[in-house]
Amino acid sequence: MNAHRKYPNFLSKFKTASRKKLSGDSAFKIIVMLIACNIFLIIGLMIFKIAQNSWLSIQTYGINFLWGTTWQPFPPNPSTPPSFGALPLIWGTLVTSAIALFLGVPISLGISLALSEFAPRSFNYVISFFVELLAAIPSVIYGLWGIIILIPFLQNNVFPYAQTVLGFLPFFQGTIRGSSVLTGGIILAIMIIPTISAISRDVFAAVPSSQREAIIALGATRWEKARIVMRYGRSGVIGAIMLGLGRAVGETMAITMVIGNSFNMFTSLFEPGSTLASIVANEFTEASSPPVYISALMEVGLILFALAIVVNASARLVIWRSTRKIKEVEMF
Amino acid sequence: MRSYRFRKLENRIMISLAYVALVIALIPLASILIETISNGLSAMSFSLFFEEIPPLGQSGGGIGPAIQGTLIVVALASIMGVPIGVFSGIYLAEFRQSRIASVARFLNDVLTNVPSIVLGIFGWVLVVVAIGWSVIAGAVALAIMMIPIVTRTTEEAIKLVPVNIREAAIALGVPRWKTTLTVVLSSAKKGIATGILLAVARISGETAPLLLTILGSRFWFSGFTQPTAALPLTIFNFSQSPFRTVDLPRAWGASLILIFIVLAINIIVRYATREKYG
Repeated sequence: MNAHRKYPNFLSKFKTASRKKLSGDSAFKIIVMLIACNIFLIIGLMIFKIAQNSWLSIQTYGINFLWGTTWQPFPPNPSTPPSFGALPLIWGTLVTSAIALFLGVPISLGISLALSEFAPRSFNYVISFFVELLAAIPSVIYGLWGIIILIPFLQNNVFPYAQTVLGFLPFFQGTIRGSSVLTGGIILAIMIIPTISAISRDVFAAVPSSQREAIIALGATRWEKARIVMRYGRSGVIGAIMLGLGRAVGETMAITMVIGNSFNMFTSLFEPGSTLASIVANEFTEASSPPVYISALMEVGLILFALAIVVNASARLVIWRSTRKIKEVEMF
Repeated sequence: MRSYRFRKLENRIMISLAYVALVIALIPLASILIETISNGLSAMSFSLFFEEIPPLGQSGGGIGPAIQGTLIVVALASIMGVPIGVFSGIYLAEFRQSRIASVARFLNDVLTNVPSIVLGIFGWVLVVVAIGWSVIAGAVALAIMMIPIVTRTTEEAIKLVPVNIREAAIALGVPRWKTTLTVVLSSAKKGIATGILLAVARISGETAPLLLTILGSRFWFSGFTQPTAALPLTIFNFSQSPFRTVDLPRAWGASLILIFIVLAINIIVRYATREKYG
């Protein structure tokens, strides 16, 4: 195939008339390359500009910013300088994401197994469509639904029950609030389900049918077959989970609307909290002065950016390695 | 070895659990759709579409500027983002072996996963600092969000074009660039259009980037360098209102319009590409 495609170029060496065509090709190549190189500009500028604007905060607080636990843009005593530390935000991000994974992963795996292994094909098509719709709903609508439907429901029906059952754990003690870290985690779980289940369904679909046939030939039940499929697609599923984690870490609006937005080093999940993303959404437009306030919010954005890139890049790496492995095996 | 009866029971339980997971995931979807449609429909009125946004807690008025603002910002973002996205996609597909292409593809993936609030911050440092809260700043932030989606889908669509169509054009003496721009693009146009539509659906619902760039307003569009309203921002503002009885119906009305736009695009795309899944 390739040799055929190169043939006209090979011919053109012998034809002077085609020199014009050749230059058209290289001009085209340069133009589209320049447009594609915009991406370098965008990413470079993004890192540079955000880092530049958070420089004031980085200089003032140094590495202590990462484990400081005060957030006082306007200290009660006006003579003391404002102080900022991001630990409760990082804690809030980690805890809400962990809750999201804890609740979302088993459900997502169930969905993808149901779709790829158990359900009939026609059913499969309709249900995948609905699961994808879940991904298409704007996050602000999740937030509105969270405020009006989910919070009262959880506060009245679920949280009191959770406290009586799990109240011996420190995470489930104290006053129950609707706008809390746990609500934030639950809404994130709903939002990452479509991501994880769509990718793991594709991973399961890519498992060669010889694996399934072999285990069925040994007399396995459908669940035992599904277990083999899961084991085979293990690393792809880990990648899918990490992409879901990436989405949970970066999610902004829905969680801002339900988490309660208090700068709080919480222990109980019923307390309100904040995440890296929510504090920026919540305070940025009001943070006109002092300049170090905006700079601190920028640095929070920078931390979030770095966190999201690390999580997503490792997810891609895992998925890439697992699909390569599956492809290699398919060749035999 | 476990007994056959135990394995059969385990099989039943696990399969039912998988279906239960499916049902659990669909409950929030059903609840969101039902609440939005029922609350949104009861908030529908002529004035909702065509009147300015009242201050929080005040009855009357509508969300006209928000609808207008969303259309303008999304259109402007598409004008900026679509050509860059499509041509980057062409580069990635046509010159896919080059080193630049593989780095660009990786960065494209990185950009896809940048949290939306970070794009908002970027729009702020890039545009708002220079010209203030404005439509342009919002459009830039949304365009940056759009580019990686359009690039990726264009690349995939072009890769699906059969080699023999390309070879036929080249055999007729058409130069390569012309082959790409005419023959290849026109056979990939459905896939590219799908990508553009999905990107439009995605950015119409985005709130976080707009929050830091177009700021929101209660009035009709008044120029590209002025703040403006947008549907997602209006939903957010109304949802934070202490005057729930007055403002929540408007939030639901705005949600219904937004969800209608987003879901209509998704359903159209799904319908147009259905034979692919068969």
